[in-house]
Amino acid sequence: MISNDTALMAHLLRRAGFGASRDELEKYLAMGYDGAVETLLNPSDPGNMPDDLIRRYHVEQSELRDLAGSAAYWMYRMISTTSPMEEKIALFWHSLFATGYAKLNQARSLLNQVDMFRRSGLENFQDLLLELSRDPAMILWLDNNENHGTAVNENYGRELLELFSMGIGNYSEDDVKECARAFTGWTLGNAEYMAIRAAKDSIWPYGRIAWHFEYRDEDHDGGEKTFLGETGRFNGEDIIAIIVKQESTARFLATRLFEFFAADKVTEAGEKVIGEMMATYFSSGYQVRDMLRTLFHSDYFRSEEARFARVKGPAEMVVGAIRMAGNYQNPALGIEKVSNAMLYMGQGLLQPPSVEGWHEGLEWINSGALVERVNFAAKELSNVKSPGVRSIIDRLEAGSKNGVIEPTDLADRCLDLLGPIQVSEDTRSVLVDYATRQGDLHLAGHQPGDEAEQRVGNMLRLVAATKEYQLA
Amino acid sequence: MTTTKRDKSLIVIQLTGGNDYLNTVVPYGEGRYYDSRSTVNIPQDRVIPLDGKVGFNPSMGAMKSLWDEGKVAVINGIGYQTPNRSHFRSMDIWHTAEPDAIGKEGWLGRAIRDFDPGGENVLTGINFGRGLPRSLACQGVSVASVGDLATYGLFPDVEDEELRMFTLEAFARMYGNTAGRDPVLNFLGQTGQDALHGADILRTAPAMYSSSVEYAPNSLAQNVKSISQVFHAGLGARVLYTTHASFDTHSGELPTHAKLWDEVSGAVGCLMDDLKEHGREDDAAILIFSEFGRRIKDNGSGSDHGSGGVAFLIGGAVEGGMYGEYPSLAEAEQLEGDLRSNNDFRSVYTDILEDWWGLDAAPIVNGQFEKLNVFRS
Repeated sequence: MISNDTALMAHLLRRAGFGASRDELEKYLAMGYDGAVETLLNPSDPGNMPDDLIRRYHVEQSELRDLAGSAAYWMYRMISTTSPMEEKIALFWHSLFATGYAKLNQARSLLNQVDMFRRSGLENFQDLLLELSRDPAMILWLDNNENHGTAVNENYGRELLELFSMGIGNYSEDDVKECARAFTGWTLGNAEYMAIRAAKDSIWPYGRIAWHFEYRDEDHDGGEKTFLGETGRFNGEDIIAIIVKQESTARFLATRLFEFFAADKVTEAGEKVIGEMMATYFSSGYQVRDMLRTLFHSDYFRSEEARFARVKGPAEMVVGAIRMAGNYQNPALGIEKVSNAMLYMGQGLLQPPSVEGWHEGLEWINSGALVERVNFAAKELSNVKSPGVRSIIDRLEAGSKNGVIEPTDLADRCLDLLGPIQVSEDTRSVLVDYATRQGDLHLAGHQPGDEAEQRVGNMLRLVAATKEYQLA
Repeated sequence: MTTTKRDKSLIVIQLTGGNDYLNTVVPYGEGRYYDSRSTVNIPQDRVIPLDGKVGFNPSMGAMKSLWDEGKVAVINGIGYQTPNRSHFRSMDIWHTAEPDAIGKEGWLGRAIRDFDPGGENVLTGINFGRGLPRSLACQGVSVASVGDLATYGLFPDVEDEELRMFTLEAFARMYGNTAGRDPVLNFLGQTGQDALHGADILRTAPAMYSSSVEYAPNSLAQNVKSISQVFHAGLGARVLYTTHASFDTHSGELPTHAKLWDEVSGAVGCLMDDLKEHGREDDAAILIFSEFGRRIKDNGSGSDHGSGGVAFLIGGAVEGGMYGEYPSLAEAEQLEGDLRSNNDFRSVYTDILEDWWGLDAAPIVNGQFEKLNVFRS
């Protein structure tokens, strides 16, 4: 009943995007799987909501003075883009190189960092680490502005190795020290003035100005360093060149990509794919895009085992439901509520809880968060006035005989059109019973918001409340 | 530590935005106050005197009555050593008890985990308001966030009661089977059941409560009323948390600040009356705090972000009075134009954790801090 191609394409789009409406799915199906992978991995014009339109409606998003508006600004991108992978990879790096507003108080610089992830996130990992090390938001977040030739601050040097590239256990404490020394003098331009502004937290009346990077040679420790067995008068660039050569870096990156794009749990079959991604990492010269291509074409990724093997993160939950419902295609006041909804589910954009990012996978789920998740998706998808839901109703009618849909069909077709979503027999029988209560559905001659349409909305609400809908 | 102490609850009222200490507990006997606060001050004749040197903001009448009963501890000059004047960062520091690094867990989340390591009561910690303050966030700890007690739970948007009931029944069936082969689906099932269960219990709270106390219609008072309902329903809630905003009074401070404190003081007064009426005055303590105080000099209309602030601990078991010195307003004693804090906020946390709850404070607040001995022994 569910065409395997459709299920596979929906799977790809849940991972390389935020799920897909049936219209979107058909567009990608026409390209074939290989074509779809290439289209997703090579984002072109994202066609997202233009800045001038946003700024006309949202003064807070124009000035980026506060966190809620700034997070909402990114939400619009995720919701309206036609190149979802660009946002997905930015979200991946935002989760991994987790930088938070709390310390920076500077949304403009933080959003510049996200933009850097969009621009460089699928490219060469060595270049990306270089850009990251020069990123003003990161420099302040991990105190590299306090890392001086005469007084070393190890914070960035340590996290670069532990959380951003090699992973703990693959280097010594001496390596941390030498790494930190190499990044002395990598700082913010005009730092004193910026520090005063930040300390006073004065946003009146002009809002923030973005920071910029500055390398100060006189503050750099140009002495000899020994790092991971190599010795030289290393600067930060040299350290990164050594880091990216390490097998542990390849394994770290491949594993993190796998966990974000394929499955929360790495099984034996998953290990094999990670090995293949590591090989691609070296053969392609550290290209992230090529590693993901290897992943998406792997037998594992294409198999049933990888489907619904991840718990949706709040961004996927919220953006996925909104895109499916076709809402927020134009600026609307409710957008801050949407970004707050994500926060209530445990993932505030631009505010990861610490440099370690969010605890993902099953740890997204607790009773408070589940209530928020279910209520949000249920409300979004049960509103028969939403364009995406109207399109589902039209498809239901078009696929029926004279507009009559039997209860079993109603449950199955709703599962299909919201995914296809694969559910357990138990879940399916509850959905069927729920539909059976009111007998056959007669959609012929339906009018916006009438009882027949609302029955579809009720069924979609329940599908959105299933355990299986929590999974990507 | 006796085990009977383990039944005590903490009610937290977070004042978001940076409450102006100088206009809350006013040093009206100090000329420097009126010199620095030439516009944004509380005139001497309007201050509610406490001890001849300082007095409450005129909006704090209800809290003054409690002060007279010896139930209000004023914790002066509270903060931490190197103040951060960013709202978010400073609130984060208060929430995680970690001023130097980015903290990972909320201090109250850790306390909840100590009370209920197995997560058996889904209502040990409850936030009244949407979302989860970081103070309550801790891996493996479930905290209910109640936006509105009357509609709390699943599918609040479904207005048709019959439809909502059918939908909830279906949800209960879908999440009821936790004996499947897939551990992820089983966990989701268990969590869904917990959520339903928590909502079912919470929904019973208002009916189990009756009181002659009438709370004001403002949002804080209504949240505090919900807190009272849940507390008195005896559901085992140990941490009941709510937030009031915005104390970020950069401009037009005097009327705004007066209104905010009228609401806070009024809600606290009602809650204490309510506890008294139910004979539970000694079983709950109220903590009121803000992320920082405000600049000593006013800006002509309001005041900007500062450092040293004030916290309050209120309850039948609290030994009322002044704790710590009021920080000096002398220029030489100031910290970059701010009051210099002289009480570490983690000392108050330690009082609460050890003396009120009988928990081991050090791992929760990340170190040893001298207690203020705010609770009657």
